[in-house]
Amino acid sequence: MTKIEAIIQNSKLEAVKAALQEIGVEGMTVLEVRGHGRQKGHTEVYRGREYSVDLIPKTKLEMVLPDALVDKAEQAIVNAARTGKIGDGKIFRSRVDDAIRIRNDERGEGAL
Amino acid sequence: MHSRKTLLSVSLTAILILFVAQLLCAQTAAPAASPSTDTAARLAKLEQQTAEAKSSADNAWMLTSAALVLMMTGPGLALFYSGLVRKKNVLGTMMQSFALMAIITVLWGLFSYSLAFGPGNSFIGGFKNLFLNGVGGAPDADYAATIPAQTFMVYQLMFAIITPGLIAGAFAERMKFSAMVAFTILWSIIVYDPMAHMVWGKGGLLNAALGGQFPTLDFAGGTVVHITSGVSALVCALYLGKRVGYPKMSMPPHSVVLSFIGACLLWVGWFGFNAGSALAAGSLATSAFVATHFASAAAAIGWAGAEWIRNGKPSVLGGISGAVAGLVAITPASGFVKPMPALLIGLIAGVFCYAMVAKVKAKFGYDDSLDAFGVHGAGGTLGAILTGVFAVAAVNPIFKDAQGNPLPTGLLEGNAHQLLNQLMGVVISWVLAIIGTLIILKIVDVTIGLRVSEEEEAQGLDLSQHGEEGYYWETPA
Repeated sequence: MTKIEAIIQNSKLEAVKAALQEIGVEGMTVLEVRGHGRQKGHTEVYRGREYSVDLIPKTKLEMVLPDALVDKAEQAIVNAARTGKIGDGKIFRSRVDDAIRIRNDERGEGAL
Repeated sequence: MHSRKTLLSVSLTAILILFVAQLLCAQTAAPAASPSTDTAARLAKLEQQTAEAKSSADNAWMLTSAALVLMMTGPGLALFYSGLVRKKNVLGTMMQSFALMAIITVLWGLFSYSLAFGPGNSFIGGFKNLFLNGVGGAPDADYAATIPAQTFMVYQLMFAIITPGLIAGAFAERMKFSAMVAFTILWSIIVYDPMAHMVWGKGGLLNAALGGQFPTLDFAGGTVVHITSGVSALVCALYLGKRVGYPKMSMPPHSVVLSFIGACLLWVGWFGFNAGSALAAGSLATSAFVATHFASAAAAIGWAGAEWIRNGKPSVLGGISGAVAGLVAITPASGFVKPMPALLIGLIAGVFCYAMVAKVKAKFGYDDSLDAFGVHGAGGTLGAILTGVFAVAAVNPIFKDAQGNPLPTGLLEGNAHQLLNQLMGVVISWVLAIIGTLIILKIVDVTIGLRVSEEEEAQGLDLSQHGEEGYYWETPA
């Protein structure tokens, strides 16, 4: 099993979700997050005072997938979320030891 | 279709004939006996009914205005200010407005009304109207001859509520609630009541309508409300010191949305504040209403436009701040100026207050957190002076010669002396605000202590002062 964490532009969530559903990804967790990579932030001005905002709002998707689906899922995310500009985000993948379905103790890929 | 039309016109004609006939009969049937006494009685009755009708109309507008002015404090000012603070202080800031709606009301009933509007000397009223004694349904002809004295009293109360509320913008996010309550009570008695008496009270030093020595034109409270609160705010900001972390730490408004709603409520409520200050529902109220609206619009454009030029973008916060600045500046002038000067006053106020807030404050480095001084102190002072420039007798013939003919009012009408009187009003309100506020701050400082502890400030006023949160995070399903 592999965990995919994808940090994407907020505006790309719908497209990424649709692309993942199309290739058969059944579950995911979506979080509103803030952070920054190489992309610089922006400044906001309130009554003449400048505030620099360097933690930019992003959307993070987390999903644990059967290994067979991982490459396809990554490609789907990249295709749907890419604009080619700085700030498109990143994908991280990592091994997952086990999964447990709380309802019935099912384990492993069957629990996904 | 055609026949129906004919039927309609025939029946209308018939009704008309019947009506005229009845009128003629009634005239011929009128008794011939003692026509003169009868006419006199009917005239007297008519006059009484006319007076009652006018009184009802005026009273309806004044009660509406009183409600509008209360709406300026809650929710208007409460939302405007609480949107500008950080999340952890949203309730504490709302409470600083709301508490006044309760506290000042009680004071006003017990003694403050008497101190402000009861008969007294040039500086303060007396104790004649303690516990609202003698303030009932009959009008007080000195103040407003067509509305019950109680209406006048409750209308003025709403001004007394919002004025100390404005100061809260300067000590936001760091004052103890207990200290704020004590400060407000003392401030209301020591600064507001005398100032209101001097400008609006019968025999007050600056009263332009009721024989003051230095007749200052202040229609709706430029000196009484905005200069006193704005200047006191500056004193508070300097005395209390900066918020922990200011100006290094980032403290942007947590919700311009709340501020937006609050500012728009202030704009609407201000019609009660300014047009209501005519104390009647006549053309002067209309004139003040129009001047108020025009100044606010022009000031919104002025502030946001200045930002657009300087920063490349007009902000929402700039637009609403400008609108409020325009409302502040037009307050003393609203019952004395025509619409085009009102536009000009607004435009100047928008740009001027923007410069005060964005440039002057940054230069001196004081932490007037929500710009109570930059908007109310600066805008109020500007408005008081410009009133002396643009006031005209055609709008409000407040000065008259012995024969009752209107005399020139403002500078542009040739009454240059009025500018001096306006400056007198400005100086007196500045001095009273500075000295009064310093004394009160000192008293509260040594007895209760003004600021929350550093830990409490980090935690926020909501939790540390009120034991609750504006945005409860762990909401159970």
